[in-house]
Amino acid sequence: MEWNFDNQRPIYTQLAEMIRMCIITGIYQPGSRLPSVRELANEASVNPNTMQKALSELERTGLIYAVRTSGRFVTEDEEKIASARRELAEGEVEDFLRKMRDLGIQKDEVIELIRRAETDKRSETAGASGKTGDTGENSRTGDVYDE
Amino acid sequence: MMNENILTCRNLSKNYAHLSALSGINMNIPRGRIIGLLGPNGSGKTTFMKIANGLIVPSEGELLIGGHRPGPETKKIVSFLPATEYLPSWMSVENLVRFFSDFFTDFNSEKAKGMLKRLDIDPKARLKTLSKGTKEKVQLILAMSREAELYLLDEPIGGVDPAARDYILNTIITNYNESASVIISTHLIADVEKVLDDVIFIQNGQIQLCRPVDEIREQEGKSVDAYFREVFRC
Repeated sequence: MEWNFDNQRPIYTQLAEMIRMCIITGIYQPGSRLPSVRELANEASVNPNTMQKALSELERTGLIYAVRTSGRFVTEDEEKIASARRELAEGEVEDFLRKMRDLGIQKDEVIELIRRAETDKRSETAGASGKTGDTGENSRTGDVYDE
Repeated sequence: MMNENILTCRNLSKNYAHLSALSGINMNIPRGRIIGLLGPNGSGKTTFMKIANGLIVPSEGELLIGGHRPGPETKKIVSFLPATEYLPSWMSVENLVRFFSDFFTDFNSEKAKGMLKRLDIDPKARLKTLSKGTKEKVQLILAMSREAELYLLDEPIGGVDPAARDYILNTIITNYNESASVIISTHLIADVEKVLDDVIFIQNGQIQLCRPVDEIREQEGKSVDAYFREVFRC
């Protein structure tokens, strides 16, 4: 995983978000043991105290829990993970809608744009596989790259 | 022996003729922290480092490390990396490792050899044949290979390339142990920011602020690097 940080927000918040992402996407499976603070800190090249703070934050939300002497584990409660996923998706949608509002695009138009983007993508993929036969080697590598 | 603070300053001041290099510094550095000492050129960073290492004495006030004034007791527990080249340049790297291991009981030769190997530094090479950046790496490796209670690193990464810089910063955080602290003075804030717990801004020999990195990011909404540029705008 790439550990890149933006400059506006606390590092521990960003670390907590990255680890939450790993839990949501299943890189860290429900019930599995997390690497130690030190291992995680090394991997992310951050101060162990900062990593500690990020993990405490995740503990507070219940996504991970600590077991005395044996480390930290991802919650087994899949509903909790699902709701974290939903929360994240809702946040993304909110951001997206805010940007659309800033651009002056109305709700109906937004929905239309999403629909069109979806169908464009589908026809692009279909068109690409049809094209490769007659346009040769170069465009094929191009198409693969695009996907 | 295990005081809560590894380093304490009380009204620490240093005057050179008519110049006041440090004036009335009061601070406590707890154990187990990595701290950035940040300030513009001529702000007093190196004067502070020199006093902490007993190279110069304060004009007023005092600085205590583990409860002692700088002297034989503190040198045993402090690993100092000066900003300048200070090692005999005719010595080979492996001789320096031996030299350090004779000199300091807390020196870990295996650790030093491992780091030299990792950074591709020839142990047979004499110091004077190495480039500026490589010399700095050698000095830093020697300083970090001690199992000290306080590391005082004065401008440790200035001449080092970015890839080695990452490796070195990683070495600092891996070396970290709960009872040791590290004070790093540097201008390369963006590079060190994510390994620091707290930063101290120093200007004209006085402490401007002392805050946790994440508190600055949280409250100012910007990185320490950006905040520094704002506070010390020329």
